Amino acid sequence: MARISRAEVERVALLARISLTDEESDRLVREFDSFLDYIDTLQEIDTEGVAPTAHPLSLPTPTRPDRPAAAMNVELVVANAPEAAESAFVVPKVIDTEAEG
Amino acid sequence: MSGLAQQFEVVIGLEVHAHLRTHSKLFSPAPILYGGAPNQSVHPICLALPGVLPVLNERAVELAVRACLAMNCEVHPRSIFARKNYFYPDLPKGYQISQYEEPLATGGWVDIAAEGEGDSAQKRRIRLTRIHMEEDAGKSIHDAAIAGADATLVDLNRAGVPMIEIVSEPDLRSAEEAGAYLRAVRSILRFTDVSDADMEKGHMRCDVNVSLRPRGSKEYGTRTELKNLNSFRFVEDAVSAEVARQTEVLRGGGRVQQCTLAYDPGTARTSVLRVKEDADDYRYFPDPDLIPLQLSADQIERLRAEVPELAEQRADRFGSEYGLSEYDAAQLTASPALADFFEVAARRHGAAKVVANWILRDVMQALNERELSIDASPLSPEALARLIGMVDENRTTVKSARSLVPELVESGGDPEALVAERGLAAVSDAGVIERAVAEVLAEHPENVELYRAGEEKVLNFLMGQVMRKTQGKANPSAVREILARELRK
Amino acid sequence: MAEGIGTLRELRAALDAGETSSVEIVSRCLQRAEACQPVLNAFVGLRAEAALREAEASDARRRRGEVRSPLDGLPLAIKDNLVQSGELTHCASRILEGFVSPYTSTAVEGLERSGAIVIGRTNMDEFAMGSSTEHSVAGPTRNPWDLDRAPGGSSGGSAAAVAARIVPAALGSDTGGSIRQPASFCGVVGIKPTYGRVSRWGLVAFASSLDQIGAFARTAADCAWVLEAIAGYDDRDSTSIPEPTPAYSGALDGDLSGLRLGLPREYFAAEGANAAVVKLVREAVSELERAGAKTVEVGLPHARYAIATYYSIANAEASSNLARFDGVRYGHRAAGAKGLTEMYRRTRAEGFGEEVKRRILLGTYFLSAGYYDAYYRKAQQVRTLLRGDFERALESCDALVTPTSPEVAFRLGEKTADPLTMYLSDVYTVSANLAGIPALSTPCGFVDGLPVGLQIIGPALDEATPLRIADGFQRLTDHHEACPGAFA
Repeated sequence: MARISRAEVERVALLARISLTDEESDRLVREFDSFLDYIDTLQEIDTEGVAPTAHPLSLPTPTRPDRPAAAMNVELVVANAPEAAESAFVVPKVIDTEAEG
Repeated sequence: MSGLAQQFEVVIGLEVHAHLRTHSKLFSPAPILYGGAPNQSVHPICLALPGVLPVLNERAVELAVRACLAMNCEVHPRSIFARKNYFYPDLPKGYQISQYEEPLATGGWVDIAAEGEGDSAQKRRIRLTRIHMEEDAGKSIHDAAIAGADATLVDLNRAGVPMIEIVSEPDLRSAEEAGAYLRAVRSILRFTDVSDADMEKGHMRCDVNVSLRPRGSKEYGTRTELKNLNSFRFVEDAVSAEVARQTEVLRGGGRVQQCTLAYDPGTARTSVLRVKEDADDYRYFPDPDLIPLQLSADQIERLRAEVPELAEQRADRFGSEYGLSEYDAAQLTASPALADFFEVAARRHGAAKVVANWILRDVMQALNERELSIDASPLSPEALARLIGMVDENRTTVKSARSLVPELVESGGDPEALVAERGLAAVSDAGVIERAVAEVLAEHPENVELYRAGEEKVLNFLMGQVMRKTQGKANPSAVREILARELRK
Repeated sequence: MAEGIGTLRELRAALDAGETSSVEIVSRCLQRAEACQPVLNAFVGLRAEAALREAEASDARRRRGEVRSPLDGLPLAIKDNLVQSGELTHCASRILEGFVSPYTSTAVEGLERSGAIVIGRTNMDEFAMGSSTEHSVAGPTRNPWDLDRAPGGSSGGSAAAVAARIVPAALGSDTGGSIRQPASFCGVVGIKPTYGRVSRWGLVAFASSLDQIGAFARTAADCAWVLEAIAGYDDRDSTSIPEPTPAYSGALDGDLSGLRLGLPREYFAAEGANAAVVKLVREAVSELERAGAKTVEVGLPHARYAIATYYSIANAEASSNLARFDGVRYGHRAAGAKGLTEMYRRTRAEGFGEEVKRRILLGTYFLSAGYYDAYYRKAQQVRTLLRGDFERALESCDALVTPTSPEVAFRLGEKTADPLTMYLSDVYTVSANLAGIPALSTPCGFVDGLPVGLQIIGPALDEATPLRIADGFQRLTDHHEACPGAFA
């Protein structure tokens, strides 16, 4: 019995915005399975009361003064864009029927 | 309707998002810009270019903490920035940096006036769940006229602007209370200088959760969420519309479905945007690019000392210090700018009550007619004080001075110069006044007779006639004196 | 083929003696890079023109007596995940095709400031996800010691370029061993400093809490020079350590007497380790003992959970870090998609390779509702325990010595079919990333003609000790001088 269903792999793929072929989904079901078995060794460890690591060293909170820097030249902003209209990025419209997860 | 309104109790909770008044963004040094060309105010961090990292704006933290303290929250010595993951074109990183499990502050409250009780109005205390910091997203422009039918334009100027989200408990019981709460929150944000909190300008917006339950029930009903309401009227109207909709559903024996709604001001109706499913999976986790935010007790106390007087405290002081009525004091503390204006003018002039009357009557009227706020007007409190002073010194008349207020409110200027330029200086020349008095007495012999017969009231009529003859410029006390003298002859 | 490039110190001496010029060195480097490219595929891009222009400027500085640092005029390569203004950065991924960075990473700024010259970008596993440099849109890099074998990864291009004497040094990044394992496989020195020592500003993120930039060179002393140029506090990285950079070169005194070396029991007993590899590492330890070092056995009870911990954290963070590659502002976008969601899903399906997709999906799963506590949070808790293990172990000694990898370079294609076995090849390296402490790999011999690496792990903030030990070891041995036959 697989630990993770194909439907669940597909749900995750939607969350991650990656489309999968049927073969990919099948393969991922198998891989997730062996991977999750391996990761599950962590459940052996008693971590009751152990603080999760936030940073390997304890540092004070770094902040910066509220001083604005020059904004990027707008031409440079959209220079790498697949599609732009003047200084705005252009993307396809959301279609009503699309699942928004 | 009223029967049903009694049958069901309305339960409302608000999530208010307010931009913090900083010069740069929350995690990026890009300047804050309202209304420029798209992407005019971005930095590689706002663009989420590969390799960029966030660094926290210290001013944003100070302002957020100040807001929390002003709203009586417990500010936590340690809070954590978390990533809220979802895909949307105006969210460049694919996640929003927010706070989730360990927010900046919890608890707290905001007091609002209870409905319709007039002077004896009691306060209602609205509890807060939490206040946390987060960054705003950019803007998606869906308007087909601008973007074309199949496209959306993305502008990241707003992406990364610092915000606090103020989450209330479901303590509000009507649309009016929701509006009152929102106004109270706005007042606190403005008096603490945390935010301009102008909904029309996009500094503040809110999501509203609405549910109904049978009166007396302790359980909450299924709630719906109204998203992104950006004006006071919309909030009140949308809540009313949604209460009506839910009432109708329940009356028909139906069940309210959990969903997100949009409010259409055109039809004054709410419509379902999407039904809430478990698909909402934001995969929050602590942002590994940021160290937990630590605030020492000293830092928090220092920030507490910086919390300025709020509207209510200031109104109380206006009562005790300047002898204003409760009503006038409340009016003058509608905004910090107005309260400041009053205080400067009052100190300059000396007679606070007189100044308060001028502001609440003439200045406010002129502002309202022009849809201006006091801080957007070039009229300075010093100029107003001088104008009133000229009336006190009989250098101009009340009527003349009042006639100048609209102009001063609109274009500013020096009151002395304006009085001179417009020929509004009070006429104190005894010869001019005596001539006018003589003419009036000659024109109205019957009134002279009446006066002499003991009808002293006609003096006012005769004064009015003299003032008219001098185009209102005559110094009224001089007119009264000369008239009385001539009538006694 | 242009002859092999010397070490940084050799080149510095030749420049200072007036025997050569930066232009000459850089030209030779570029020629050799071109010549080796069809064989090794170590580079994904060269910046010949700019490099030569910068070499001229460096020569002019030297003539004026204004040499900026020991690296002034010397060529280096950078991994394809470090941005440099006006240059392409692809992370060996299709999704970043055509991306030109408008800004420069702090590490590369450090090189520029020191006068070093970046000659090109090296191949890598896509987004640094992998241990073999096979997962690259540019095709695999080959190991100079055996062209049928992988150079290790993910910084395989940098390791191969240094091993093949194309460049004297290169930058890489190490999230779970991505500098040390390829250094081991290619017979060069590779160091991963303390987390936070080198700013991550401009390093394309894989796993933010683990990523660290480091250096490859043929000697520990050369690594010290490069580290001195790139390390230091940076207020653009909130996780940067606000401490001055130690003078690493000054610590390299060759004195190993009295050093206490910890041998983690678990790393020598591990099943699955190549016995010949372990034997060489033990011999290296004996060599260090003969030079006056003492050894002590230490325990790292949570070390066996390191891989599971590492992949839980790294994949979760990666799934979020790689969300920005969405076809909106830069990089690849799928053509003709109807609607936004389809654009996203096809762009990311086309743009990412198989391994990257696998990790994003696993990471998304780990963070998704109902699993966060069991995976990400649990792993960050185990990480706290593991850090404690290392802190305790390093109280009883100055550094830990272990094999870098349980094996020598594997064959190309040998592990791509089974991702989990590939992950297990990082078994000795991931812990230093989880603990955030410095570690390096230095050559300690050969098994079947393939290099073996000795890993030296130091306490937090102390890169100097592993460098000093590696330098001392190199004074006693000549493993690091061996050159792959085809590139001699």
